[in-house]
Amino acid sequence: MKKLLSVLPLLAVVIGIHFLASATDTMYYLTQMTMSAYYALLIIGLCVLMGYAGQISLGHAGFFAIGGYLSAALTTHSLVSYQDNAVVSFLDSAGMLLAGHDLYGEAILVVSPWAACIVAVCTAAIIAVVIGIPVLKLKGHYLAMATLGFGIIIYRVALALEYFGEADGISEVPAFVLLPGLSVSGNFSDRVQNYYIAWGLLLIGMVLLLNLIDSRVGRALRGIHGSDEAADAMGVNTSGFKLQTFVLSAVFAAIAGVFLTHYNGGIGPSEAGVMKSVRYVAIVAVGGMAHLWGALLMGIVLNFLSLRGVFGSYDDAVFGLILILIMLFAPNGILSLNIRHRLKQLLGRGKTDKEGEV
Amino acid sequence: MTTELFIQYLMAGITYGSIYAIVAIGFNIIYNTTGIINFAQGEFVMFGGMIAISLLQYMPMPLAIILAVLITMLIGALIEVCFIRWLKSPSVLRLIIITIGISIISREVAVHIWGESIRSLPYFVGNEISSVAVFGARVSSQVFWVIAASALMVVCLGIFFKTTSVGREMRACASNRKAATLCGINTQNMVTLSFVLSAGIGALAGCVMSPITHSQYDMGTGLAIKGFTVAILGGLGSSGGAVAAGLLLGILEAFSVSVVPLAFQDAISIAILLIILFVRPQGLFGSKEAAGLSEF
Amino acid sequence: MALLEINKLNKRFGGLLAVNDVSFQVESGQIKAVIGPNGAGKTTLFNMISGTFPATSGTVSFQGRELNGKKPFQVAALGMARTFQNIKMFSGMTALENVMVGRHVLSSAGFMASMFRMPWTWKEEKEIRDKSMELLALLEIEEHAHTDAQSLAFGQQRAVELARALALEPSLLLLDEPAAGLNIYETAEVGRLITRIRDLGITVLLVEHDMSLVMDISDEIMVLCFGEKIAEDTPKNIQQNPEVIKIYLGEE
Repeated sequence: MKKLLSVLPLLAVVIGIHFLASATDTMYYLTQMTMSAYYALLIIGLCVLMGYAGQISLGHAGFFAIGGYLSAALTTHSLVSYQDNAVVSFLDSAGMLLAGHDLYGEAILVVSPWAACIVAVCTAAIIAVVIGIPVLKLKGHYLAMATLGFGIIIYRVALALEYFGEADGISEVPAFVLLPGLSVSGNFSDRVQNYYIAWGLLLIGMVLLLNLIDSRVGRALRGIHGSDEAADAMGVNTSGFKLQTFVLSAVFAAIAGVFLTHYNGGIGPSEAGVMKSVRYVAIVAVGGMAHLWGALLMGIVLNFLSLRGVFGSYDDAVFGLILILIMLFAPNGILSLNIRHRLKQLLGRGKTDKEGEV
Repeated sequence: MTTELFIQYLMAGITYGSIYAIVAIGFNIIYNTTGIINFAQGEFVMFGGMIAISLLQYMPMPLAIILAVLITMLIGALIEVCFIRWLKSPSVLRLIIITIGISIISREVAVHIWGESIRSLPYFVGNEISSVAVFGARVSSQVFWVIAASALMVVCLGIFFKTTSVGREMRACASNRKAATLCGINTQNMVTLSFVLSAGIGALAGCVMSPITHSQYDMGTGLAIKGFTVAILGGLGSSGGAVAAGLLLGILEAFSVSVVPLAFQDAISIAILLIILFVRPQGLFGSKEAAGLSEF
Repeated sequence: MALLEINKLNKRFGGLLAVNDVSFQVESGQIKAVIGPNGAGKTTLFNMISGTFPATSGTVSFQGRELNGKKPFQVAALGMARTFQNIKMFSGMTALENVMVGRHVLSSAGFMASMFRMPWTWKEEKEIRDKSMELLALLEIEEHAHTDAQSLAFGQQRAVELARALALEPSLLLLDEPAAGLNIYETAEVGRLITRIRDLGITVLLVEHDMSLVMDISDEIMVLCFGEKIAEDTPKNIQQNPEVIKIYLGEE
């Protein structure tokens, strides 16, 4: 309950931004705010993995891409020519397929977005389990390289397979009708409702994770981070908990991937790229690793600025620079830099120096 | 498979393999003195090639290459002094993230200087078409340059570490940093030197490979991953292991082309990395106990 | 049947035989101490009992069950808790939170239940908190409950670590040099605590350096030297055992 109350101010801010945007006639900001919210969803999941379970992942764009690409491919590629296939007809009879017409009026048969979403997220979870079991035994550099390698494999697969559109990616992904009258799509008329869908999802994710870290599981995770050996001696199944956290964060990433792909109406290979994974790590680091609110705030602010094109052609460079600067000067995150305190200290020191002279 | 094709694949494998070995040795040098895996290792190779290509407009090639290597060494020194030297007992996670950041900044600097286009140095001798016959197979002369340069670097490094006093001091640093400090060795300078050395060999590799494999701003990550695979495969910290493992990976990769589509080539070497990390993190040649000891 | 039975336990590190054919038993309700000079293999023995690493040969059975091949977290779940020679606090957590982690095996909320804050977890969570507070009170450090554990004084950290181990409601408590780094007053205090823990019905097995502490509180003592069991007897008899005296005072 307390956790629910703690996100209420955020809800107020979300509504406030909507009114501010409509009052100042800058509704187009809502589009980037929507996209930022989905990225932030991935980032808070990664934050729990990195900050609380203490495991770095340089491959989370891979999970985002698995979610996005699978749901895009399933809801876009027509299965008409496979209609006689047993699997396809079974899916059809199970109500998981949607019939329709394409731009040229030809009949198409695709997987319904709900079914595609479930398949995509489950696939991401299964891959996370399969990858996680061996990878999470590794530490430090090995873990970083292994997750980086996983990310690159996903990127290469997306680039190499025609099914995923190779270098062009997949476009014209249909809307995801959540409920009648409520759909995730890039339609101009749906902008406001999509803004609330994205932020609603993010808020739900935030509440769930806040609940998680303040619970038996959260304490065990922080314990693992504090002292692996002691947590083990206290009966915490450390490898099991790391794995579950890895899967959880992969699911968050995949859900973000599914929704953002439907919202954008497409996905390209750059979403799976190493640069994206690094960017997510950078944002978690700026927010202060074990700081969900910091991750959320930075996830929104930095993605929003990036999507608005504020960084221009220096987009990736900015994130690289942020990464280095934060790690050099504020490894506990930007919120740990108590600027007022530091200033006071500086001024205070100046004063005493002068006194010393007198 | 005909003998000719076989030789062609083999030579291609050895060429790429020696590049991977050099990148892996670059990893090892820094790892041995600092315990850091420098994720920006591939960027040294990129810088070497790119700078040499730019300098070529103003001077003959040998001079351009030498200058490019020197400039890259300077970059290596700057990186260490600016980002690593003054950190007090940083955590591994912090160092990983810093070197990743350096790698990204390097790429971005490169893309803003040289753009996204693919460039290459001209062939050292002859051109793309001229070739040498080896057992009936046609092999580009540049291949021999790559192999010779790599072999030379390995030998020179070996001599440097075994016989010179600075080399010995670096090895002392590697085996026990604290003890080395107590013996009056300036370990911080040794760390800087290790960055300079690995930047230098990376850059030289970048120059000799450029005519065949071309240079592009984003070539670093792929090379770093493969170099790391090789370093692990050969046992982290071991030069001999790196050479053997590099050749193994290069040849494996070259022959895999005849089985799997080219687009999956990178995926294969990464899959090998993952498998090795899971099954034998101490490398093919290392024993578990030896993994704790580091030597050049 | 004894609570803990060690049978012909061996541990070899390369060429070194760290523990050599050691057998002994710990009866329910006792305080048993393992003593011996540095490098005698005490901590190695401990680590094998708690499952940190496997024995080269031999068996450990706890409550009649063989532990061979069990991981530390599985051993803990069976009711064996331990502390560490160099205190291992969970950094970044308060003293209370540290102790609450100790309740891990006695509670069951998993990822889903925790995220959705299922009603039944509320009761569990309250119980965890109350029990942990009780233990902090028992060890007289409840006023530091909300302090960052790592910032506490050394002696207080020991107490928090003990409370954390007790939170597991163990039937056997392993203490690895509980008096290490403490002054004589603190050592006496720890001795008092250990006796109190025994009086709660918890069997204690401790490895210790400090002879005075061990002689004061133990019901039985086993002496280990270069990995071999030298003697096993009551404190009184151990003090008069010529071989033990030889080890501790050197040959004349």
